[in-house]
Amino acid sequence: MVTFQNVYVNARAAVAGPQEAKGPLKDLFDKTYDDPYCNEKSFEKAEQAMVYDACDMALRKQNLHLSDMDVIIGGDLINQLTSSHYFARDTHVPFIGMYGACATSSLVIGQAAIWVEHHLATRAMAFTSSHVATAERQFRYPNEYGVQKKETTTSTVTGAGALVVSHQKSNVRIAAFTPGKIVDWNHSDANDMGMAMAPAAYDTLTRHLKESQTSIEDYDMIVTGDLSKIGFSFLMDLLYQEGYDAHNRLHDCGLMIYNTSEQDVFCGGSGCACSMCVSMASLLTKLEQGEANRIMVIATGALLSPVAIQQKDSIPCIAHAIVYERSEQS
Amino acid sequence: MDQKRLEETAKKHVPNQHKGKNALIAFMSGGIMGLIGQALVTFYTQVCSMDEKTALSMMVVTVIIVTALSTGLGVYDKLAQICGAGLFIPISGFANSLTSSALEGKSEGLIYGIGTNMFKLAGSVLTYGIVSAFFFGALRFLFFGG
Repeated sequence: MVTFQNVYVNARAAVAGPQEAKGPLKDLFDKTYDDPYCNEKSFEKAEQAMVYDACDMALRKQNLHLSDMDVIIGGDLINQLTSSHYFARDTHVPFIGMYGACATSSLVIGQAAIWVEHHLATRAMAFTSSHVATAERQFRYPNEYGVQKKETTTSTVTGAGALVVSHQKSNVRIAAFTPGKIVDWNHSDANDMGMAMAPAAYDTLTRHLKESQTSIEDYDMIVTGDLSKIGFSFLMDLLYQEGYDAHNRLHDCGLMIYNTSEQDVFCGGSGCACSMCVSMASLLTKLEQGEANRIMVIATGALLSPVAIQQKDSIPCIAHAIVYERSEQS
Repeated sequence: MDQKRLEETAKKHVPNQHKGKNALIAFMSGGIMGLIGQALVTFYTQVCSMDEKTALSMMVVTVIIVTALSTGLGVYDKLAQICGAGLFIPISGFANSLTSSALEGKSEGLIYGIGTNMFKLAGSVLTYGIVSAFFFGALRFLFFGG
């Protein structure tokens, strides 16, 4: 666990696609798109446009420019971090690309916080993005392929989120970052990643509580990234078996971003943008407005490779935790 | 947490697969596809006065065109999610795999995009179709003399 004394969230933004714009968080996003192409020629370019919009909006909120950033840290789900790198080529600012599948959000935010805390950067920006069409294409089948999906499948969130951190005081500070260990319990069903990731979330959560000598009651909300319905109930069960009572504090971004009973999203949302958009749009607003004082986000990632899955290998999973706190001095 | 306990706990959270319901819907929708096919054959033979062989080919072509169009319009995958094998097994499944792969490759151009990707999913159907045709043809030649 890494703790921070002096890292504040100065600006943030979240943009989201058409499906997310119909969900319960629709009014909290800074921008939503009616068209999955976001007026671009391909889905890949659409994802880059979303990253651009999210970063641009975050910077504008504090009248900042890209040149004010000492480092930008970002990631996405596409091979070679295409969306992140193609966005970063226009920024002319030192850039670090990171991959942690759907856990990338906490990874990049934690990394940005480390840079700021240790005075390696005065200001740092972190972002992640994902797009349902680019992810389907890379990890599953062509978008229009008519294969019957299993009920355990999740829907990749289309969106992007960005935040700027620095020493400059604000209402929300980043208090701690617990990098995850890879947990692989020989689960190999790529259509049921919530189940695969739950033990990783369990490991990070219990390890964080032990190392920080805190208990579940010390957090107003503990929010997992994208476990979906099945993974979430699996995690609850694991915690219950070990004597943790978490039922009114534990939430899941994948279940918060969509109305799973009305929207056609199978078990819930997933993807790098899932935990990022929910954190930026909803969770940090709760801290800012004083509805909560301490929130832990455990972004969960299934680090699968389609080739390894076809070679009958299992899915290594990881979960990174970030703790946000409300700070009274603004 | 040990592997065995994880597996035992996980089992409790596996949702019902609705296999019976899916099979029934596939049976019904597959049947409807057959009915549509037969109606098309009857239409081509009776109304368009085609001979049966041409009418059969025309029926297949019609199903392929309708599938390709509905794939492009984004309707097919929604229907297929409901119907499952009912749409996947007939020629519509094959047509959809070609069209969806071609659509996906569109952004990378005609050669490396559409050309290379079009048979990405249908390739295994063709490969094993041809391999099994070879073996069954060889067996037929050996035992029945052609």
